[in-house]
Amino acid sequence: MLAPESHSEYAEGAGHAAEAAFPPFDPTYFASQLFWLAISFIVLYVLLSRFVLPRIGGAIEERRDRIADDLDTAAQLKAQADETVRAYEKSLADARAKAHSVAAEAKAAADAEIADAIRKADAELEAQMAESEDRIRASRDAALGEVRTIAAGAAVVAVEHLAGLEVSESDAAKAVDAAKE
Amino acid sequence: MADATNPIKQFEIHPIADFSIGGWNLSFTNSSFFMVTSVVLVAGLLSLAMSKRALVPGRSQSVAELLYEFVAGMIRSTAGDAGLKFFPFVFTLFAFILMGNMLGMFPYFPAPGFHGFTFTSHIIVTFALALVVMAIVIGYGVFKHGLKFFSLFFPSGVPWPLYILLTPIEIISFLSRPVTLGVRLFANMLAGHILLKVFAGFIIMLGSVGALGVLGAVAPLIMVVALTALEFLVAFLQAYVFAVLTCIYLSDALHPGH
Repeated sequence: MLAPESHSEYAEGAGHAAEAAFPPFDPTYFASQLFWLAISFIVLYVLLSRFVLPRIGGAIEERRDRIADDLDTAAQLKAQADETVRAYEKSLADARAKAHSVAAEAKAAADAEIADAIRKADAELEAQMAESEDRIRASRDAALGEVRTIAAGAAVVAVEHLAGLEVSESDAAKAVDAAKE
Repeated sequence: MADATNPIKQFEIHPIADFSIGGWNLSFTNSSFFMVTSVVLVAGLLSLAMSKRALVPGRSQSVAELLYEFVAGMIRSTAGDAGLKFFPFVFTLFAFILMGNMLGMFPYFPAPGFHGFTFTSHIIVTFALALVVMAIVIGYGVFKHGLKFFSLFFPSGVPWPLYILLTPIEIISFLSRPVTLGVRLFANMLAGHILLKVFAGFIIMLGSVGALGVLGAVAPLIMVVALTALEFLVAFLQAYVFAVLTCIYLSDALHPGH
C-alpha cells in the first residue's frame, strides 16, 4: 500500500542509489557471493562436524550413560537390599520353626518321662499288691493251720475229759480233718 | 537523507577487498563479511558454550545442548533415525541460516559500510543453499537406491493408469522444490526487512516535518517495534522451515517410494 509509493518517491530522489538494479537481483556479485558462501559453509561444516558437534553429542551421551549407570546401581542396591530382607525373614522363620521343634521335643521328652514314671509307679504298686496278697494268703494259711492244731488239741483234751480216752494227737488231727470235710 | 530512508539500500553489496580469479569477481564484500562472521560466531559460541563440558550443564551449555537436541529431534521426527547421518549437514545449515538471519536484525553493525546486512536476503545465496540440499538428496538417493530412487515419482498403492497423471505432477513438484525452498527464505527476509525500513523511513520523514510530525511519528515507531519482534520470529522460523524441509527432502532420499 504505502511501501511501493514511498519507494518510488525515494528512489527518484536518491537517483544514484536507484540507478543500479535491485540489489538482490544484481548479478555483479553473484560469483563473489557463491564463492564466499561455499567457503563459509564448508568451513562451518568442517568445524561443526569435526569438533563442535561431537563435543556436544559426547557431553549429552556421557550424561545419559551416567544417569543410566546410576539407575543401574540403584536397581542393584535395591535388589541387594531386597535379598537382605529376604534372608532376614528366612532366618527369622527358621528360628521360629526351630523354637517350635525344640518346644515340641521338650514336650515329647517330658511326656515320655511322665509315662515312664507312671508305668514304673504302676509296676511298683502291682508288685506291692501281689506281695501283700501273698502275705495275706500265707497268714491265712498259717492261721488255718493253727486252727487245725488248736482244734486237734482241743479234741484231744475234750476226748480225754469226756471219754477218758487217750487219743494221740495225730489221730485227733485226722479226725478233725475228717470232721472238717 | 535519501540513503537513510531508502528501503533498498540495506541490500546493497559493497566490496571490501577486491579480488578476482580467472576473470570472476570474487571480491570480499559486506555479504562475505557477514557470512564469515556467522561462521565465527556459530563455531565460536558453541565451542565456548561447550568449553567446560560439564556433567551438569551451565546456562550456555544448556543452550548448545538444546540446539543440538532440537535439530536431532527435528531430523528424527521427519526422516527417522536413519536421517541422523545428515545431522552435521542439517545442523550446519540451520545454524548458518539462523545466525545470518539474526545478524540481519542489527540495523547497524560494526561492519564495512556500517549498515546491517542479511546475506539470506539475496536469492543467489538461498537458491545455492537449496541446490546444495537437492544435490545431496539426488546424489545420496541415487547412490543408495540406484534407479529405485526414481520410484519417488511413482507413488505406491495407486492404480497404474493414474501414473499418467501423477508422475508428471510428482516430477514437477520435485523440480520446484529447490526454487520454493530458496525463494521462501529469500522472499521472507527481503520483504520483512523492506517493511521494517519503510516504516522506519516514515519516522524520519514525519520527524522532519515539524512538531506535529514528530507526534505523528509515534504510530510508525510502534509499528517498527512490533515488526521487529515479528522479524525475530520470522528469522528463526524461516531457518527452522528451511531445515525441516531439508529433512523432509532427505527423508525422500532415505526412503524413496513412500
